[in-house]
Amino acid sequence: MSLSLLLLVIGGTLAMTLFGILGGLAFSGIDRVLAARMQSRIGPPLRQPFLDMLKLMLKQNIVPANAIPWLFNGAPLIALASAITILLYIPMSSLQWFPLLGLHGDLILIMYLLILPALAMVVGGLSSGSPYATIGAQREMVTMIAYELPFAVTVITFAWKLVQADVAHPFSLATLAATPIWTLVGPVGGVGLLLLLVAMLLVAPGELGRIPFDAPEAETEIAGGLLVEYSGRNLALFYLSLAVKTIVVTALIVALFFPWNLSDWFGAGHPLLAGAADAVFFLLKLELVMFVAITLVRISVARFRINQIVDIYWKNVGAISLLGLILVMADAYIL
Amino acid sequence: MKPSQTLGKSLWAFLFNSGSCNGCEIEMVATVTPRYDVERFGIKLVGSPRHADLLLISGPVTRNMAPRLKRVYAQIPDPKIVICCGVCGISGGAFYDSYNLIGPVDQIIPVDMYVPGCPSRPEAIIDGVVKVLARLEAAETSA
Ligand code: SF4
Repeated sequence: MSLSLLLLVIGGTLAMTLFGILGGLAFSGIDRVLAARMQSRIGPPLRQPFLDMLKLMLKQNIVPANAIPWLFNGAPLIALASAITILLYIPMSSLQWFPLLGLHGDLILIMYLLILPALAMVVGGLSSGSPYATIGAQREMVTMIAYELPFAVTVITFAWKLVQADVAHPFSLATLAATPIWTLVGPVGGVGLLLLLVAMLLVAPGELGRIPFDAPEAETEIAGGLLVEYSGRNLALFYLSLAVKTIVVTALIVALFFPWNLSDWFGAGHPLLAGAADAVFFLLKLELVMFVAITLVRISVARFRINQIVDIYWKNVGAISLLGLILVMADAYIL
Repeated sequence: MKPSQTLGKSLWAFLFNSGSCNGCEIEMVATVTPRYDVERFGIKLVGSPRHADLLLISGPVTRNMAPRLKRVYAQIPDPKIVICCGVCGISGGAFYDSYNLIGPVDQIIPVDMYVPGCPSRPEAIIDGVVKVLARLEAAETSA
């Protein structure tokens, strides 16, 4: 490995860490303000998540007597680190060094990596020795199993379509960014893709443990569930990992369904300038997806029970995504 | 930056009912509704005392609740603020001299601010929070 590559990887990782944390917190601030406006309140200042993090960092960090300390303290770090790792695989603009590790990973890897932060939360919850956290951990596992079905169906559809269209490296995200999936299908396949988009928008809140799929953390029934025993720095790390994961999941939806860049339409000027414009455009797309998938849903509906979550993901959302898959296939073979 | 300075901008509250008639509880929950919108000041309700900075207590502390109150107080990570809402937590109020009370609240744990009223109005609770924060800041500057 040459020195410049090494520098690029280290610098890029640091930059992505910074972007993930600061961007994630900023987006969660926007989410809170928008949610407040929808309830016709003023809401917190935009920087409220930053203030919350600062406060949590300065507070006492309690490790309960029943906990297993190294697991209890290690889980938040793993959650944050794994969330940031996924960020390195996500295409963000037309700049040549994005995504940083795009050539070394693909959609399947991201699917597996996405399980890691949730799993770290489960491990942390189980190791904290509280019955509430144990219930939360079980619910989190069940939710994970539930949303995995529509998610996997979506990924399979994309891979199958790209293989069928004879594109090189069908699983790679760089390929997805270069060939918008909508250009490969006819009208029927387009409807199928729309259904898949709906399914993914419904998977996102489950993946992030947001209302209406936040049964694992339900504050009013199991007192914060997985996180019930966490305080101070550890709690802050979990909130940060959640903020980064929000970016990751929405960025994945953007990469799958809306991979267009501004520079595709207006022609590239200076590559750096085009890259910067694309990055801003990417942030706008992120906010749009985040608003629809998270803020709007969170304000409109109440929490589902855990058995309803499984029902909804397997029967309803699963059916939507399977129908999408069938339509995309029908588009290729029959029509 | 001192912990208490950041505390004022992001205060997470945990409700504790030490045997109240539920009147003050209802007013506390009304305080976080969109009408009063305390999220403007960074105040929000949390489900676990481990996440909390502010313990909002209602009720006169019955015999059975006293050990729980002590335990919940101990579970809140430092620095922490305790606000006692309602007359019955201050003096016993409507339950004064009952055989089943070992309160009021300040017999069990240290209290930073008392908010009177039976029940205390949301405006009064917000006022209590503001005053206790101002006192924290004053203590900070004089120290
Ligand atoms: S102060 Fe009055 S309203 Fe409040 S809990 Fe006590 S008795 Fe109920």
